[in-house]
Amino acid sequence: MPETLAMPPLAATQGGLRRRLSNLLYQRRNLTLLLLLTPPLLWFGVVYVGSLLTLLVQSVFTFDDLAMSVTPELTSQNFQDLLVAANLDIVLRTLSMAMAVTLGTVVLGFPMAYYMAHYARGWEKGFFYVGVMLPMWASYIVKAYAWTVLLAQGGVVYWVLDHLGLRGVLQAVLNIPAIGGETLATSNLGRFLVFTYIWLPFMVLPIQAAIERVPGNLLLASADLGAKPWQTFRTVLWPLAFPGVVAGSIFTFSLTLGDYIIPQLVGPSGLYIGSMVYTLQGTIGNLPMAAAFTCVPIVLITLYLGVARRLGAFNAL
Amino acid sequence: MRFKSAHLLRAAAYAGLAFLHLPLLFIVVYAFNSDDGGYSFPLRGLTLRWFARAWEREDILQAISLSMGVAAMATLVAMVLGTMTAAALNRDRFFGKDGFTTLLILPIALPGIVTGLALLAAFKLMDVNPGFWTIAVGHATFCVVVVHNNVVARLRRLPARLVEASMDLGADTLTTLRYIILPQLGTALLAGGILAFALSVDELIVTTFTSGSEKTLPLWLLNQLSRPREVAVTNVVAMAVMLLTMPLILLAWRLTRDTDTSPGAQ
Repeated sequence: MPETLAMPPLAATQGGLRRRLSNLLYQRRNLTLLLLLTPPLLWFGVVYVGSLLTLLVQSVFTFDDLAMSVTPELTSQNFQDLLVAANLDIVLRTLSMAMAVTLGTVVLGFPMAYYMAHYARGWEKGFFYVGVMLPMWASYIVKAYAWTVLLAQGGVVYWVLDHLGLRGVLQAVLNIPAIGGETLATSNLGRFLVFTYIWLPFMVLPIQAAIERVPGNLLLASADLGAKPWQTFRTVLWPLAFPGVVAGSIFTFSLTLGDYIIPQLVGPSGLYIGSMVYTLQGTIGNLPMAAAFTCVPIVLITLYLGVARRLGAFNAL
Repeated sequence: MRFKSAHLLRAAAYAGLAFLHLPLLFIVVYAFNSDDGGYSFPLRGLTLRWFARAWEREDILQAISLSMGVAAMATLVAMVLGTMTAAALNRDRFFGKDGFTTLLILPIALPGIVTGLALLAAFKLMDVNPGFWTIAVGHATFCVVVVHNNVVARLRRLPARLVEASMDLGADTLTTLRYIILPQLGTALLAGGILAFALSVDELIVTTFTSGSEKTLPLWLLNQLSRPREVAVTNVVAMAVMLLTMPLILLAWRLTRDTDTSPGAQ
């Protein structure tokens, strides 16, 4: 320990008040706990929970379409409106993208995570870890912006596809109704690509942590006993890594469900839950309906977290 | 068979890594694009002109200073509150411990629109004008958990006998806190603060709801996407944002790595 941190003269020789305070803090552990917890509890209780409650209360307020104003008359109209076909459509569109993105990140992320956990050694391990962590922390809007530049017609992606002679293949894929579109930048495929890119690190790291805990000799034993690589993967590795997959999916699922920037920048028109909330509160000022809409992701994620807890994902976080 | 599949796996892993980095690389390349409009590739020429233009733009400098101010304030609050929650939750079980942990995670577990809209609803109710302080309050709320995670991880590894030895030698609680616990927490606290700062500088979704007409750096960038004014300058700012946060993230990583070797841990 450096010199500057050397102990002061024996504390017993110091002033009485300080000694008494110190003893009190040591003997009354509950008092210390209370002192430690009060400021954060106040912050979270007042600022955060208070805001959430305000939001929930707003969701049963009445919005007057003509006067464009909110009145505190209680109504269940907002929640009934959620069940209108157009709104259910928005929920389903967002939900299916969230599931597709989750699947996409697992398919891309699992091999990376497995390689990081079981093959990479020494410098390569650190290299991969930093390599996944840096894009994860890099600015979200910069990453989204990068893709609008890359996907633009005449941009990098089209240039590469042209030089590989794959333009025809892309056009064929873009002609498929549900995933295609006019161009890559206005298709669901493009939107899926950007979402998958941005949330991929959030999937890789939990899987890597889960696989890290799987003893390597389990896999060797499986191979020794005659299992084919695919069998080992299916019966040994995947079940043991699964909590990590679920942990990662909490992020990819929740983040896609609430996002409204990417749907606005890339892909076909058609609202997402996030963009609907943003539009309702912003241009129209219908805060009650926006509040009702935010209950959809809250409920979905609560359900999802409940399932995830049962699947043991919380131990893998 | 095994040999072959290992090569395949390595290829897949490196391909994934390349996928994660190529878009970031192109942001850097485009910042030097001499073409002042389009996104056409390959570039026709390179220039440093846009860096000078960006430096002259009043709105960019304002966005930077707002982002820095908000991040500093949010980090300060998060470091104080996060250290307190870490110290409290590292101790014995108590009633409501699990609930409190959930409360800490909630601002990042729930989608940003929920947090954002909730804060906006509350601010509107209290007739608070959105601006610097409302942004900072929002950011501080979700930054607490970052500091908390870093500090609690270090506290768990802090050997109890260091504290006991200090007490045995006659140091009181406050002296032990000052000379034993805080120095041990130093780098974890710093790393948590850096990550909170980086998180705040990058946050967009909560900020859109709490900022009113103020523009943080990410909001400025988002605005450029719908109403571009000098596309080429946007590329420079995007690169600057990235190059600003990356060393911070690396530093935070360095600070929390190898913490098992802290004195007395063996």
